[in-house]
Amino acid sequence: MKLTAGVSLKPQHFEEAERTRADGLWFEVHAENYMVAGGPRLAWLERIRSCHPVSLHGVALSLAGDGPPDALHLQRLAALVRRIEPVLVSEHLAWSRREGVYFPDLLPFPRTTAALQRMAANIELTQQVLGRRIAIENPSHYLALEGHEWSEVDFLRELAVRTGCGLLLDVNNVFVSAHNLGGDALAYLDAFPVAHLMEVHLAGHSPDANTPLLIDSHDAPVSAEVWGLYRHLLARTGRPVPTLIERDDRVPAFEALLAERERAGHAEVLA
Amino acid sequence: MTPQGFVQELRAATGHPAMAVYRNTVMKGCIDALEANFPAVVRLVGVDWFRSVAALYAAEAPPCDPRLFTYGGGFPAFLGRLEPAADMPYLEGVALLDLLWVESLTAADADALRADALAGLAPEALGDCRLIPHPAARWSWHPRLPITTLWSRNREVDDTTDLGDITWQGEGLLLTRPALDVQGCGLTAGGAALLTACAQGHALADAAAAALTEEPDCNLAAALALLLEQGAFAAASTSSRGLEP
Repeated sequence: MKLTAGVSLKPQHFEEAERTRADGLWFEVHAENYMVAGGPRLAWLERIRSCHPVSLHGVALSLAGDGPPDALHLQRLAALVRRIEPVLVSEHLAWSRREGVYFPDLLPFPRTTAALQRMAANIELTQQVLGRRIAIENPSHYLALEGHEWSEVDFLRELAVRTGCGLLLDVNNVFVSAHNLGGDALAYLDAFPVAHLMEVHLAGHSPDANTPLLIDSHDAPVSAEVWGLYRHLLARTGRPVPTLIERDDRVPAFEALLAERERAGHAEVLA
Repeated sequence: MTPQGFVQELRAATGHPAMAVYRNTVMKGCIDALEANFPAVVRLVGVDWFRSVAALYAAEAPPCDPRLFTYGGGFPAFLGRLEPAADMPYLEGVALLDLLWVESLTAADADALRADALAGLAPEALGDCRLIPHPAARWSWHPRLPITTLWSRNREVDDTTDLGDITWQGEGLLLTRPALDVQGCGLTAGGAALLTACAQGHALADAAAAALTEEPDCNLAAALALLLEQGAFAAASTSSRGLEP
């Protein structure tokens, strides 16, 4: 089945999601929320999976950490992948665990060659344990770290070449990071290695209360600027790419998410 | 900046203003998780008070497991020793019920032992029988406080929060998941002791003795019937044979 645009799936939308039929519709969930031994949550996801493709988006493998992914967490992800048979599996160019503590965020690191080697090894291990290719997502940035030896785009391309992983391009993260660090979002998209592109994320952002920074808050509709960048990207790819309307906070009615999804379909036509 | 340096900056209240964004996001993730996991406590104390207390807990005991629905294992005890909560001695017990509810929700699936599964056993065989709790069964007994009433009235938004008509006495709660959803049921001291003894691997005769020690007037037949009806057990075994659900 060819994937077009999908939406984040939240428990309050399970019943509507199960009923809805639309060409190419798919759903994405955070893998960690379904790493349960049993119960209604997993049963619901299996019901959704029986009528729609499901993508598992992980937030806690900490692939850019200074050690390998937590073995138990990786096993749990593998078990979920076997059970759900997701159409896509993705993770982040970030770290979130250190010395037994989990930080619920996607934390930055200096993109050095040593970090590249470590992360490539972590991706290879993950793909080996899962028995499949995963996609790696560009995170949002708030802080200009020192010590980068690679641009983010080159780092992602090299990871894809070395490990065979795919890439997940979050266009909102590109916009937010360009705003926060003073980069050029269009130049980022133009340099992005679209040959490795497996999935696109579109989400909303919001201004920080205390600084001029934009926050990748996933609590608002996709902004006009990000829709513009998305059309630019599609003109570059020359092919539709599975695109997620990502929403995690202030979640609107299911119909509102589907309307944003429709817009992603129209963007493909306009590109 | 190394990850170690980053963690130090994250914990320090200084540094680059952008570091505050990461610090806030990490803290928000922890507090949101606690708010989701302890809804009855949130309702009893109000969202603002809850979130300020949750921030104290998150600073003291950050999550170790990225499955944030498991976060807050130490939160009931933390509330129990929190000085500003000293006038709400029931918070710890209510928080524990919230915690047990999530545990029940996410526990492994299993068929519950049928209510009539023990019907054919002779009294002696019944006494030797070991009942194995269902993986989603959770229970708690508080000897002095009406935790079940307080908890159940604060789980649903539509319920009354008026505490005026509550009888201040010990209460227990049994949570089970015989089908898809978690269900709650009041539990006596004897019923709770019976189930705890079964979970510890004792035969039913010994579990019954434990129940009578805890509650001398306990109606054992009624207590056992309730546990079976609620789906608190997954299996039963005697020394010679096991009974299927």
